[in-house]
Amino acid sequence: MAEYKKPKTKAEFDKNFKQKKPLMNDTEAFYEASRCLFCYDAPCIQACPTSIDIPLFIKQIHTDNITGASKTIFDSNWLGNACGVVCPTGVLCEGACVYNHQDVPPIQIGRLQNYATNKTIDAEKVIFKVGESNGKKIAIIGAGPAGIACACEARTLGYDVDIYEAKDKPSGLTVYGIAPYKITNEEVLKEVDYLQKQLSFNIKYNNAINSKEELAALETNYDAIFIGVGLGVTRHLGMDGEDKEGVVGAVEFIEELRMKQHEIKVPAKVVVLGGGNTAMDAASEAARMGARKTVLAYRNSKQKMGAYGFEYDLAISAGVDSLFNVTPIAITGNGKVEGVKFAKTEMVDGKLQTNMNNTFIVRCDMVIKATGQAKQGHLYAMIDDLDLDNKTRIKINDEFQTSNPKYFAGGDAVNGGAEVVNAAYDGKMAAQGIHNWLNK
Amino acid sequence: MIDLSVNFGGIKAPNPFWLASAPPTNSGYQIMKAFDAGWGGAVWKTLGVPVVNVSSRYGSVNYRNTKMMGFNNIELITDRPLADNLREIEEVKKYFPDHAVIASLMVESRAEWEQIIKDVQNAGADGIELNFGCPHGMCERGMGSAVGQEPEVLKTIVGWVKEAANIPVITKLSPNISHITDPGLAAVQGGTDSISLINTIKSIVGIDLDSYAPYPIVDGKGSNGGYCGPAVKPIAMHMLKDLAQHPEIGKVPLSGIGGIETWRDVVEFILLGATSVQVCTAVMHYGFGIVREMEAGLRQFMEEKNYNTIYDFAGKALPNVTEWKHLNLKHKVVAEINPDKCIGCDLCYISCDDGAHQAIALSDDPTNRIPSIIEENCVGCNLCSLVCPVEDCITMVKKDDGTESLTWNERTLNDDIPVTFDDDRAGGKGHFVPTPQDALKHRK
Repeated sequence: MAEYKKPKTKAEFDKNFKQKKPLMNDTEAFYEASRCLFCYDAPCIQACPTSIDIPLFIKQIHTDNITGASKTIFDSNWLGNACGVVCPTGVLCEGACVYNHQDVPPIQIGRLQNYATNKTIDAEKVIFKVGESNGKKIAIIGAGPAGIACACEARTLGYDVDIYEAKDKPSGLTVYGIAPYKITNEEVLKEVDYLQKQLSFNIKYNNAINSKEELAALETNYDAIFIGVGLGVTRHLGMDGEDKEGVVGAVEFIEELRMKQHEIKVPAKVVVLGGGNTAMDAASEAARMGARKTVLAYRNSKQKMGAYGFEYDLAISAGVDSLFNVTPIAITGNGKVEGVKFAKTEMVDGKLQTNMNNTFIVRCDMVIKATGQAKQGHLYAMIDDLDLDNKTRIKINDEFQTSNPKYFAGGDAVNGGAEVVNAAYDGKMAAQGIHNWLNK
Repeated sequence: MIDLSVNFGGIKAPNPFWLASAPPTNSGYQIMKAFDAGWGGAVWKTLGVPVVNVSSRYGSVNYRNTKMMGFNNIELITDRPLADNLREIEEVKKYFPDHAVIASLMVESRAEWEQIIKDVQNAGADGIELNFGCPHGMCERGMGSAVGQEPEVLKTIVGWVKEAANIPVITKLSPNISHITDPGLAAVQGGTDSISLINTIKSIVGIDLDSYAPYPIVDGKGSNGGYCGPAVKPIAMHMLKDLAQHPEIGKVPLSGIGGIETWRDVVEFILLGATSVQVCTAVMHYGFGIVREMEAGLRQFMEEKNYNTIYDFAGKALPNVTEWKHLNLKHKVVAEINPDKCIGCDLCYISCDDGAHQAIALSDDPTNRIPSIIEENCVGCNLCSLVCPVEDCITMVKKDDGTESLTWNERTLNDDIPVTFDDDRAGGKGHFVPTPQDALKHRK
């Protein structure tokens, strides 16, 4: 049963994808900020991957020093505005808030953060300073959160920075891959624009680095290179019928949705494969696009899902149905998807076994594969002496330096897929790593 | 059967909840509305030769999310003609003959005092309150706190008033003075029937960070105002106590004023000797309706404690308010943290470590945020229990067996007090204190 009407206009789309963490007004922020206890060695700071001094910025909001609050936030996290809304705060800062132990709602840290930075960005307050030029240049591959953070930090350290971006917009998955009810495209781009205006790094759009020659040119022209390429396209599952019309990857589906919004068509019945946060997003989005029936299918039990509980709950509240302990074995249909054939799975001696004797078909018009993205292995193979781990993730040291000393790396390319905040942290730290290396 | 009625130095009222002389008592309309809402008395906005007021007039101190924790005004006495006020006094008394209508007065010459007293008596006022407190504007003209700060002048004027008046006289005191007992005693010696206190405290509530002018701003400038509201209650209670414990002053009835907003405030003032209370800021903030909470709470308290009238418990706290030198030095309490209630904010730890006596330790296990008390260091100062955001999580537990008592006074008489700079009898001698260098231990 669909709870959402198919959106036909931008307004209807925005209604179906209403922001989960809407912007606070001054009064709400003031009252919320007043609740902060200013804990000693605050658990929220410890829970933040970028260690933002949260009690400080909340106190600054409360004393109407919004610019100061934003400085506190951006000092630790160059994507402070986006992270305020897209971070899974319930399992990070807000999850660590001591009020949780008192059965009192935790401070809405994410929304307060977003309130401060959004105000500062809208007011175009100049709060950053480019470092005195040291004559050195850094190339960054990928204008995602890791790349942007690395660029910002490097500029404050006095480096010239060029970012090479394959697509025509900055922000990577923050703009292409996050569920639209978490953040709008406008808000994502506004923050990067704000940073870029003050820190003047170059972004070369539609400029993917695809060849050995291009890499060689970077190595010649730059003192260091940061790899922030994230992950690639949705991985091929290798099952029968996977190439049928109507079978799409989750990342590709979400990207199209974010770019075209109400103009994309989602058919009546959708099956989403996977149990991670991206699967939850894709299912929720299909439902919000007016699919009459959206079924989330995961090969293991509900407890084993990688997704956060709140993301699952959000999908369910959008009208998504779920199937557990089922694995897809084929996609049926005549050229076009007509259904997914599943086999039941069960745990035998701690191992998940597929029972091919127990199969069934779920009829559908679309299959969204949220079963993981491929790594950018083709690029890594072109870089000399670049060590990868057994999951094709780039290996780095404490300074975010790869085995090829000229290359540094961070974000999804290194961690295999995590939050925006993790990428923002990596990018910042990698710039410092580069600085340390070049000043040895 | 609970009876809230009072006879305050000859002024009768159905209850001790009175409105202080201030903007809420500017007109008969407001006072009728207040009596209708449950107030037992009202002190009319000070009458005199009408003034001209400025715009704006009020400023406030907000704390955290509490608005008007402190309140400031630069409004003067009434700016309405005396005749209008007198007519309205008459009108109010017609509708509410049993309620207390008290005329607050402030004039300069003896002749003016005599005239205005006659006028308000004729209008039917039940009493007179002498405004010797206003610390802004009027004092520049030799009235208000200018009188309250000169006990001799105050005494003289009280004498004039008492000679002219045939209704009870309340003298309202200014807190802008070193010893409240000085004007208090002068008022009693002048013959006052009762005393009310405190008037507002001379203050600046804030400075505008763009115009650099104090609030409230009048065309780019400001003046000191009179401070009141919940923030001043502790000062008012202390001054009330000083008067109530004074052998001479304590004989006259005292009307408590200063930050009273809830039934608890009312009970506390009565326990310190007040037998009527006057309220202004709380009404300016919430309207006359707040008297419902005060009355319901007072009745509940009296019912639970088995009191029939407020006189049954008025002044009951006074014997327990003593001088420091009479406190028992042998009494010992130590903080105790309830680990089941602790939420791990660690404010107790940091407040004790930075702000008190280094008697709380954090766990060595970073996942355990529940701190522990270092009992031998704990001086029982209360700070941790005061900062703790959880109700009843930190309690102060009595550690002495109650058999011993020794006061500073007794030690002084026994010649057993520290007298040299390095005397072994110093209280902190031998007490654990970390070395100064320990403060920098976190540095790498």
